Amino acid sequence: MQPEIYQDDVENQWCPGCSNFGILAAMKKALATLGLAPHEVCLVSGIGQAAKLPHYLRANVFNGLHGRAIPAATGIKVANPHLTVIVTTGDGDCYGEGGNHLLHALRRNPDITLVVHNNEVYALTKGQGSPTTPIGERTRLQFGGVEIEPIAILATAIVQGCGFVARGYAGEIDHLSDLIVRAARHRGLSLVDVVQPCLTWGSRPLSWYRERVVKLGTDHDPHDHAAALELATQSRGTIPIGVLYEAPPGRIFAERYREKTGGRPLAVLELLDESDIALRLARFSS
Amino acid sequence: MLDLSVVIAGSAGEGVQTIGDAVARSVLRLGYPVFTTQEYESRIRGGYSSYRVRITEHPQNAPRSDADLLLALNERAAIRYRPLLREGGILLTEEGKVGGAGAVGVVSIPFVRTASERFGTALYANSVAAGALLAALGAKTDGLEALLRETFERKGDAVVLANVEAARTGYALAQKGLGTTSLVPLPERKDTYTLISANEAIPLAAAYAGCRFIAAYPMSPSTEIITTLSREDGLGVFAEQAEDEISAVNMAIGASYAGARAMTATSGGGFCLMVEAVSLAGMTETPLVIVLGQRPGPATGLPTRTEQGDLLFAIHAGHGEFPKLVLAPADPQDAFVKTVRAFSLADRYQIPVLVLTDQFLADSRFSLEAFHLPGREPGSFLADPSQISRYRRYELTADGISPRLYPGQSEHLVCLDSDEHTEEGHITEDLQGVRRVMVEKRLTKLRNLKKEVALPEEAHVKDSDTLIAGWGSTRGAILEAVEALRASGERIGMVHFTEVWPLPVYRFPQGTTLLVAEGNATGQFARLLRAEYGVVPARTVGRYDGLPLTAQDIEGGVHAA
Repeated sequence: MQPEIYQDDVENQWCPGCSNFGILAAMKKALATLGLAPHEVCLVSGIGQAAKLPHYLRANVFNGLHGRAIPAATGIKVANPHLTVIVTTGDGDCYGEGGNHLLHALRRNPDITLVVHNNEVYALTKGQGSPTTPIGERTRLQFGGVEIEPIAILATAIVQGCGFVARGYAGEIDHLSDLIVRAARHRGLSLVDVVQPCLTWGSRPLSWYRERVVKLGTDHDPHDHAAALELATQSRGTIPIGVLYEAPPGRIFAERYREKTGGRPLAVLELLDESDIALRLARFSS
Repeated sequence: MLDLSVVIAGSAGEGVQTIGDAVARSVLRLGYPVFTTQEYESRIRGGYSSYRVRITEHPQNAPRSDADLLLALNERAAIRYRPLLREGGILLTEEGKVGGAGAVGVVSIPFVRTASERFGTALYANSVAAGALLAALGAKTDGLEALLRETFERKGDAVVLANVEAARTGYALAQKGLGTTSLVPLPERKDTYTLISANEAIPLAAAYAGCRFIAAYPMSPSTEIITTLSREDGLGVFAEQAEDEISAVNMAIGASYAGARAMTATSGGGFCLMVEAVSLAGMTETPLVIVLGQRPGPATGLPTRTEQGDLLFAIHAGHGEFPKLVLAPADPQDAFVKTVRAFSLADRYQIPVLVLTDQFLADSRFSLEAFHLPGREPGSFLADPSQISRYRRYELTADGISPRLYPGQSEHLVCLDSDEHTEEGHITEDLQGVRRVMVEKRLTKLRNLKKEVALPEEAHVKDSDTLIAGWGSTRGAILEAVEALRASGERIGMVHFTEVWPLPVYRFPQGTTLLVAEGNATGQFARLLRAEYGVVPARTVGRYDGLPLTAQDIEGGVHAA
């Protein structure tokens, strides 16, 4: 399949030259590689600049509430297991407003993919600190510099048993596309945190990122839990991108129910027999 | 006319509910309708709780606050609940330390000591107590014994026999202690009834209506709904305990978007967390059913008590303007009917629907002469993708309802957006071309919905000069009060609503005095009637101490004028 089949004609509201365009290109390329027709894909998002991505390509779209993409995506995947469900979200949406849902998604292990545009800032609301803004960074709200620790989300995901944890870079489209393909193929929850420089509110030039982004090589074994955790917690000398951690797939959310329904969409299941309910009601009779 | 009120009182963990259930079901098997209510504290052990069983000639599904027969499982409960006893009433208590018989017959029955001495464990005290209660009711123990056999069958013959023996022992002890003191005897009858609560009816109704998905966070008084859907084999409903109510409702909306009939259930505090998502369901036109079991607020309030305090909150829940339906069933049969209707109308109009119950309705068991299984609307209201060439999720139509497909159903793409959106479901800021049109589209559905809402139930309206209006779970109490007042010659009737938003097109009779009876302090329904119908209620009879409104409260309120 060619990435062009995902092209749509919705007017794009991102800033000109935004690195989100790189993520969009990577997403289209990944879907083409996965061989998925647009109607087989459901893109789920909350609110923010990243959350607008589903409008800019042809697929099923659920653009819901700020922070609530994960619960919606979880429900969607249960109701129609045939869909490839990808959440496109940002650091504020996913790690801030929806942080609790992410923690519990790690426990639930729904078969969905999270692609988090991590620009370390609240861009749509014009430049406030986000859960990933480094300590000390001055923002449009934290004027004296951010005073609280950024969230160590990749480490948290690894510790909490997420079976696929990766970091990508918006400027490495082919590499990112490959990560999304692998994440989507992983059976269970997969997390791709994407380093996404913000040209409008960010404090560092693109060159800063280019100098630090390093692709993980064959010397990193993503099945090595301890090594993955070390990579995920390392301080910013370099920014390693690639698959940090990958585990064999375990049981996924709603698997027992899915076995009973044969994996069919819930919409096509037959109604319960009237006599079944009548029998259950009869138990209440004297 | 037979009308007995039996109160079993004790502390949490002492067996109040076990004994209450056993007595209620035993009396039901004797052929009498019973009505049971429970009141308990928000704790696992200790405190005070009571289980009330009202036994009547014909179904009288409304609470009474006094007692003819009180079983107190401990001395503190005996002291606390004794004032409920009417003259000539009977108090059964462990050691009879509550002195001064007076107008009340006090019978001391050492339930615990007897159980310990005769059966080697206090575990059988509940069966001793249940047997004693049946003796005081002048009823045979056959029904109780059969019930004990069914209950303890899994634990083996020895346990069954010991329980039956314990019940007989309690019966004999009470008979001896009662001597000539007795209440109206309850000879066996042939009548049969269904004894069921709204919380027992609603999950079955949901499954019957084709619900496939429930996500909820545990909260009294609604926890039983997801519990039942999870526990009962073969209902085919996927049940998930969410990390919070926000997650629960968003999961349900996601599942509904993807084609499953979906619901959640909560109480006031949890519903507060869901409100943004109610607005989401309204904006995205996604069917959603929420059961809101009211309890007294504000904040944590009284977690295990009852109130009708969330009416205006429920009908106004959600920012922005969008159609929403709020149903307020009157009893468990109605709760079943309304739940089925909620799923049907949520699907048909693509809107959020609230089913408003309260702790009283949720937990009380009503006796029904027959339980009717209502019809189901066939089909899922999903569109046929093969009939559509260019699909638009929010296609403009005359009735405001767009064809609904689910993602993956066909090659058509289903795009849903919480932002204001085009017909295709994409974000837009086209104010004149799209925004106004979409607002009107959504509100067209509300106008049509109004025509579909059920009219209020009227009783004795034609020959009354005073009408009591009410809504939801207070129907039984209002009707009982109306009948009692009419028996004493008053020209009084009832207008009772079970679908409260939008309100139906209805004309209140001219020239009558309107009173409103509702379980809250500020007269919320009275305010709604004033706003929607322009009628001015003369007075509101309210109750807001955490206990259900009774006929006596209403009669007192009518006479207070």
